[in-house]
Amino acid sequence: MKIFSQAKLVWATLALAGAVSATAPSIASEQFIPVLVYRSGPYAPNGIPFANGFVDYLNLINERDGGINGVKITYEECETGYATDRGVECYERLKGKGPTGASVFNPLSTGITYALTEKAPVDKIPIITMGYGRSESADGRVFPWNFPLLGTYWTAADILIQHLGKLSGGMEQLRGKKIALVYHDSPFGKEPIPLLQERARRHGYVLTTIPVTHPGVEQKAAWLQIRQARPDYVLLWGWGVMNSTAIKEAVAVNYPREKMFGVWWAGAEPDVVPAGAGAKGYNAIALQHSADKAAVHQDIIKHVYDKGKGAGKKDDVGHVLYNRGLINALLVVESIRTAQGKYGKKSLRGEEVRWGIENLNLDQARIKQTGFYSILQPIKVSCYDHEGVRHARIHQWDGSKWHFVSGWLEGDSSVVRPMVESAAAKYAKEKNITPGCLKG
Amino acid sequence: MGFFIEVLLGGLMAGVLYSLVALGFVLIFKASGVFNFAQGAMVLFAALTFVRLMEIFNLPMLLALALTVVVMIVLAMVIERIVLRPLVNQPGIALFMATLGISYFLDGFGQAVWGSDVYTLDVGIPKEPLTILGNLFEGGVLIQSEDLVATVVAGLLVAGLALFFQKTRIGRALRAVADDHQAAQSVGIPLNYIWVIVWTVAGLVALVAGIMWGSKLGVQFSLTFVALKALPVLILGGFESILGAIVGGLIIGAGEKLAEIYLGPLVGGGIENWFAYVVALLFLLIRPEGLFGEKHIDRV
Amino acid sequence: MLYRESGQFKTTYTADQAVFPIAQDRWFIAIWVALGFVVVPLFANEYLMRAILIPFVIMALAALGLNLLVGYCGQLSLGTGGFMAVGAYAAYNLCIRVPGLNPIVAFLLAGGCATVVGIVFGIPSLRIKGYYLAVATLASQFFLEWIFNRVPWFTNYTPSGSISAPTLSLFSLKFETPLAKYLLCLTLLVIFAMVAKNLVRGRIGRSWMATRDMDVAAEIIGIRPMYAKLSAFAVSSFYVGVAGALWAFVHLGSWEPAAFDINRSFSILFMVIIGGLGSIVGAFLGAAFITTLPLILNQAPQWIGIPLSTAMISHLEFMIFGALILFFLIVEPLGLARLWRIGKEKLRLWPFPH
Repeated sequence: MKIFSQAKLVWATLALAGAVSATAPSIASEQFIPVLVYRSGPYAPNGIPFANGFVDYLNLINERDGGINGVKITYEECETGYATDRGVECYERLKGKGPTGASVFNPLSTGITYALTEKAPVDKIPIITMGYGRSESADGRVFPWNFPLLGTYWTAADILIQHLGKLSGGMEQLRGKKIALVYHDSPFGKEPIPLLQERARRHGYVLTTIPVTHPGVEQKAAWLQIRQARPDYVLLWGWGVMNSTAIKEAVAVNYPREKMFGVWWAGAEPDVVPAGAGAKGYNAIALQHSADKAAVHQDIIKHVYDKGKGAGKKDDVGHVLYNRGLINALLVVESIRTAQGKYGKKSLRGEEVRWGIENLNLDQARIKQTGFYSILQPIKVSCYDHEGVRHARIHQWDGSKWHFVSGWLEGDSSVVRPMVESAAAKYAKEKNITPGCLKG
Repeated sequence: MGFFIEVLLGGLMAGVLYSLVALGFVLIFKASGVFNFAQGAMVLFAALTFVRLMEIFNLPMLLALALTVVVMIVLAMVIERIVLRPLVNQPGIALFMATLGISYFLDGFGQAVWGSDVYTLDVGIPKEPLTILGNLFEGGVLIQSEDLVATVVAGLLVAGLALFFQKTRIGRALRAVADDHQAAQSVGIPLNYIWVIVWTVAGLVALVAGIMWGSKLGVQFSLTFVALKALPVLILGGFESILGAIVGGLIIGAGEKLAEIYLGPLVGGGIENWFAYVVALLFLLIRPEGLFGEKHIDRV
Repeated sequence: MLYRESGQFKTTYTADQAVFPIAQDRWFIAIWVALGFVVVPLFANEYLMRAILIPFVIMALAALGLNLLVGYCGQLSLGTGGFMAVGAYAAYNLCIRVPGLNPIVAFLLAGGCATVVGIVFGIPSLRIKGYYLAVATLASQFFLEWIFNRVPWFTNYTPSGSISAPTLSLFSLKFETPLAKYLLCLTLLVIFAMVAKNLVRGRIGRSWMATRDMDVAAEIIGIRPMYAKLSAFAVSSFYVGVAGALWAFVHLGSWEPAAFDINRSFSILFMVIIGGLGSIVGAFLGAAFITTLPLILNQAPQWIGIPLSTAMISHLEFMIFGALILFFLIVEPLGLARLWRIGKEKLRLWPFPH
């Protein structure tokens, strides 16, 4: 057996040497970051800008700073096409690469997140699901390896309802109002329903849920129902082609776009541009950032694009999903930096990176240093709270660009947290997990 | 009542859009007995070519359209030469599988050449909703001008195809081939040439469907999914009937929308996808070859 | 020369009616089984095991099941994904609702549930044929996908409707390592393949094939089409249901209905066609072709050191995959299994072809 495993090692090294990502000659001080992307297929319009932002930031760190504290970042993209089985294959393919294996996975799909939630703890690799994934994984005592940083779908739904309350002139004014949820008929789309029901119980609005079957190219029936019911507000929980189609159908039934509010995966350029002028006035919750620019964008232009190493087009730097990829990469890099503080400036293993994420603490000063000032709020992760921060704003499309129409809103822990804990406890019971914080 | 009519009209017009895609399937099945799995990929490829020619090379719309037509003709010729000719007289299932190969290839090729982003297509179709019968019902009946245009286009297309099939020499040859390959060949109809024509016509139908759907959804990979919506239309109308594609589309469109709105809320919604097939199945149980399909007599 | 049956005399009826009457075939199968059970576990690394072999073995089982229906009985079906989902959700519910139930037993019972569902959705086949039937079976695909999305009971009332499988164990054995999982799947596959091989040799298989070749003629010689068609649906759904349960429990671990969507149905049908209709070997070849080829194509540029963008690699993967399908069909329209058979014929005469 020993001979075989050595042979395997040789092969692995050879494969690594041939890999696109191999840049530095010394293997000892490299940190490998797997990048799951979808640059082709039905969700490519949304997947491309995200992936570009993510790898541009990794390149920026290498080009500008020479890596994280001198530890060079290597990465490798793997195309999932948004399919769960391909995502699992990518995970298996990439988890062992690099001197210490994959640092952290960003599955970028609810289906892949669920599949990896079962696999990652075994391999001791953390998963960051920034703004998606399972809502109950915010409880790090049951889900030590999952990090839904910046907010879960329950947080998103909570903030949206708060915003609707503000628009109506106070939460008590929501009583008797009609709110419709048009959702992608999958776990992703169904995720917000428990929270919306809980809020409905408290504030007395009437919630109607209208499913749209994948992929959502035909939604006439859904929007005729909207036309008939005339809800006061419509929440849109879609992804990909479903969003722009929904906006078009809203135009077709004369439903005011000003009363439509999308989740943060329904609030980027590819969602509104195909709908043309009809999208004017459409709102969406922004995962902190919108299509705005900060100091980091200038650095990216200077250090990455001007050297001809940009992943996409220069003009697309700063789009909504591009920025999201950027922030996702920032959180990964900063977590590794945090972990280096404890374990030393060397290649870190997945479990060490996990400690880094769990102890991530970006205050305003640090955010300013990284060049993300104004597009990111301070974030402090703990074992108890794997979201780190629950702030978001609402932005509106004016026909050519996004601009904010609300101040910072915060997800209400008194509403969300009990639900997170009870759902996490149920999962723990099903899986025989004793809730508790991981050490080190 | 006003709402019922609105749903019905909406459903009928959605059905017309399904028919546009179904027509492509019918044309090829009729002339060559091939169930063309690649029709969805052809819709995407045609629309992508059209929209990207305009965007990348700044071509005027008509020139881009003409070039796209040329591309579709070349595509038909290539498919005939490389795929159909070597597979002549092979079982239908092998040809079906071959069109799957074509479909994969076209998906990859289209995206590799033209990109996989979403591209806005505006061919000047009006988008404002219209209110009709405002004096009959409260609030009137809302219809979409985009759908009206699609209906007119589909009508013209079917009329054109009917004329082409009934009145021209080539059309007669096509019908002869559809009836019996060998008999047609023995009276001197060149089979290969006919196939090129059929695939070209199917390619053009795909282009029209691609333009209509593309201006509705934006030209993107998801256009390939509209082919799925055409399948229940096909079995309801019959694989060999152009008229069936239209009538099938209308029945499916109206049936699934009415079901979704009046039955859907009772069971939690989202039923239109499978309900379309249930509607089709009900018709099939009475006429197993579809409403307008050709009746086959089995002989031992 | 190598593959020649001359000199092998059968002295008993049993020997004459053996599953593999030719010694070389027996040896060949034995070598493959040994390869699968002994050599592969020794050499395969974790990636190969988890990402390629396990999916391949499970998909081969599903393709085997569908081949019984499509290849042997001639009933085109596109409901495979739905039947796999039935297997997966049935196994899940059995495991959590019947305490202490052995997962392997749960898999078999789940196959039983899929059988019942398969028979129900097979009823239209009594009236509808060919492509019409293929499209009509899509009704079951979309309906089953919908019902698992809609009815919370099936997912044990989890908020999002995505569920995760309990850990696998057989008596005191725990199936946690990739090797154990692989061996479990492979054992099931081998057993089921033997059963299938014997089924199609027997009365039932012959009635299926008669129905496939011409159902009217079959009816005239006394085969009840209802019995033949529905039994094909039943057996096929059982296989597919077990494969679905394995796919969910062993491969994915956690899943949503989209894991069993229409693409799954199509890809399994493609395995059956490209592998060869009406051939057990074909199911294996087809599954290998459809599950592993895209993965190889996706990684090939990296192995040979061509730097290409991820998007381009994936577009090329599509193009080359499509082109290879066309290539193999043009070389042999009847599928890979037919190529295999031609190879055997050639071996028989080699090296003296005249």
